[in-house]
Amino acid sequence: MKFLENIVHKMEPKFAKGGKLEKWHPMFESFTTLAFTPANVTQKGAHIRDGVDLKRTMITVIIAMIPCLLFGIYNTGHWEMVAAAGDRSLDFWADGGAKFMAGLWVVLPLIVVSYGVGLTIEFIFGFMRGHSLHEGFLVSGMLIPLVMPADVPLWMVGVATAFAVIIGKEIFGGTGMNILNVALTARAFLFFAYPTSMSGDKVWMAGNEASVDGFTGSTALGDLATFMSDKPVFENLEAYTNNYSFLDSVWGIIPGSIGETSLIAIMLGALILLFTGVGSLRIMASFFIGGYVMGLILNAFGGNEFLDLPAHFHLAIGGFAFGAVFMATDPVTASQTATGKIIYGFLGGVIAILIRVLNPAYPEGVMLAILFMNVMAPIIDHYVVQGNIKRRLKRVKTA
Amino acid sequence: MSKTVKLRKGLDIRLIGIANKVKSEVALPKTVSVKPSDFHGMTPKMLVKEGQEVKAGSIIFQDKYNEPIKFASPVSGTVEAIVRGEKRRILEVLISTSQDQQFENSGKKEVASMSNEEVKALMLASGLWPFVKQRPLDIVANPVNEPKAIFVSAFDSSPLAPDFDYILHGKNEEFSTGMEALKKLTSGKVHLTLNGKSPADSAFTEVKGVEVNKIIGKHPVGNVGTQIHHIDPVNKGEFVWTVNAQDVAIIGRFFLSGQYNAKRTIALTGSEVKDPQYIDTIIGANVADILEGQITSDNVRVISGNVLTGDKISKDGHLGFYHNQITVIPEGNELKFVLTKGWLGLGFDKFSNSRLFPTFLSGKKKFRLDTNTNGEERAFVVTGELERVFPFDILPMQLTKAAITDDIDGMENLGIYEVAPEDFVLCEYVCTTKINIQDKIRQGLDLIGEECM
Repeated sequence: MKFLENIVHKMEPKFAKGGKLEKWHPMFESFTTLAFTPANVTQKGAHIRDGVDLKRTMITVIIAMIPCLLFGIYNTGHWEMVAAAGDRSLDFWADGGAKFMAGLWVVLPLIVVSYGVGLTIEFIFGFMRGHSLHEGFLVSGMLIPLVMPADVPLWMVGVATAFAVIIGKEIFGGTGMNILNVALTARAFLFFAYPTSMSGDKVWMAGNEASVDGFTGSTALGDLATFMSDKPVFENLEAYTNNYSFLDSVWGIIPGSIGETSLIAIMLGALILLFTGVGSLRIMASFFIGGYVMGLILNAFGGNEFLDLPAHFHLAIGGFAFGAVFMATDPVTASQTATGKIIYGFLGGVIAILIRVLNPAYPEGVMLAILFMNVMAPIIDHYVVQGNIKRRLKRVKTA
Repeated sequence: MSKTVKLRKGLDIRLIGIANKVKSEVALPKTVSVKPSDFHGMTPKMLVKEGQEVKAGSIIFQDKYNEPIKFASPVSGTVEAIVRGEKRRILEVLISTSQDQQFENSGKKEVASMSNEEVKALMLASGLWPFVKQRPLDIVANPVNEPKAIFVSAFDSSPLAPDFDYILHGKNEEFSTGMEALKKLTSGKVHLTLNGKSPADSAFTEVKGVEVNKIIGKHPVGNVGTQIHHIDPVNKGEFVWTVNAQDVAIIGRFFLSGQYNAKRTIALTGSEVKDPQYIDTIIGANVADILEGQITSDNVRVISGNVLTGDKISKDGHLGFYHNQITVIPEGNELKFVLTKGWLGLGFDKFSNSRLFPTFLSGKKKFRLDTNTNGEERAFVVTGELERVFPFDILPMQLTKAAITDDIDGMENLGIYEVAPEDFVLCEYVCTTKINIQDKIRQGLDLIGEECM
């Protein structure tokens, strides 16, 4: 690597202050720091520093998403074939290679658009502020495709990404400064700006428009939501579970957003995040507990099929688990104090199921729950901090 | 009533190059330096001129804004230079040592029979006062204030720290006399905190009339700030004074002999030192003689003090006033390729508090760490990592942010009065952002000092 290093050393003066290409320094810095950890040495304070940096942290999150991505690609391919055949009973594991390729053909362009648009905007802001590319978007750029329905038009992903990066993040100051989770901002933008492309029974399977008449491409959650209306898709809960068994939901052999369906893939990611300490156990665990508790409460009321749905189903279907593991744990937008994290996660889980079941408009509540809790997180932290302050003040009085 | 405090939070950074327990004496250094910058926030008013002869213990400058605080020369010799920097700020006073050492002599004193005021006045007049530091603010104690307690830590838990049990072995009388003097400075208690992990030397255990506590845990367990927080925390309006264990012995020596004898045993440590060992030298000594033939390569950083709080000095620089150790580690001023030593590498050479590197598995392995920051400065993104190494009931990230934003109310509420920059060393070490947290806390303390004290 001496060769590459020499190139960097040779080019450095051109990009340095006063050099010919000074303006392009952020770009130069972004690329060289990708290839080499810079020769920055400590100037003040501790002379040695931990090996960890934001690049390492962020790449770990991306690695944790790989199981979801791979499964999502395969699952997308599967449902595309199901839609084409108009037959939901197609064997999931048959024809694997073709399914994966079909899925890749759908998912890869989404990833390219998301990263392409997002990184371009980040670079532009980098130039404006004179700093190199910050790593936050590396994760957001992967999350955005994973929370999209398979059939979403590419231009919409582009617009949503641009909206999320500019309005959701950069106007607040960039990575580490945003209030709302960037990927969820992108999804929420599409959800409210183009609702027909983000919900209903047409968008979850690629190429569904051309499929057989009478076939619906709805999701498990979409079908469940119809229990709350006059015209349920299924007669009763049993008919539902015959169609989508709990095990199918755990494996993720159900239609849905690309990355969200497989609880097992998500749990693999969660293990990576928890083991490395990048993801917060407090948030993840309390989010799941919150959702489960809310499910039990709804069960206790009962009244119709959706309310009676066993609480553990809620954890396996829709975007609940994906949101809990990858979205709620975003350290920038979550609560920052230890106690705050538990409250934040628990309420997030409760509200997610509350919105999911009890509101008439949206079949999924996780996105809105997490965005809501993002906004509430500073308030939670405020009270936790006040608690800490009061505890210390009390010390004076008792002494 | 003595107690044992156990701490779970913290981090011991395992470095190569701990000093072997051999002591060698080097000749008195040719020059000695007294650096006003060692005493944070103090503006010196010079009392000697260049070329003037001084004795060991002669006062060479005093605090311009608090004149009773005086600073003494550690050696006898000639004031060689008063080095000034920008705006004629005094950077250091260089004193070339004379062959035979002469001491200012104030006569042997019986501490027990002296009044509190006499002890204080004598310590101030003889230049011993700068050894006493105060919380809040982490500066030389203001003699006007009444401290509610005085704390002495009997051990240092910093990476490669010298072993005070070894250094002070056999200096029982000096140490207890020093403690006796400290007792005269407060109406409250004098706390001596021992390492609960190993039995302490008799120099510590024989001390009478002080509050002896034990504390067990990982670094920063040996930091006096941690001990204060868990034993008798500082609240707004209160003062606690602290003295370095070895400096207590110097104070004791003064009362026993009437002479300011600034001799100090330091540890020469670090991965780039050929033969890490203990060395008898003097406060402010030129390190060139000590490092002679000891350094393995040219591209190294010499630190007066430990790797977390010490000052960068040149190879012929001088030992700091409060420092008990010299550490030499490699400079990290080179590009590190991403896949081998960079952010995507396996990282068997990286010591990290996170589990993002496989080295968390190797429980005993020692590391040769360099001065590379291992990444660029970023905004705060990761949360919860500072709390894991900060054994205080204080929210480190919130306090740091309050300090960065000059939020005085916030800092007061969040506990700025209890902390010193050195308490944040591990936060600074582990922080993904690479922000100089100690520096930010110091700025916060300075602001508090200006506005609230």
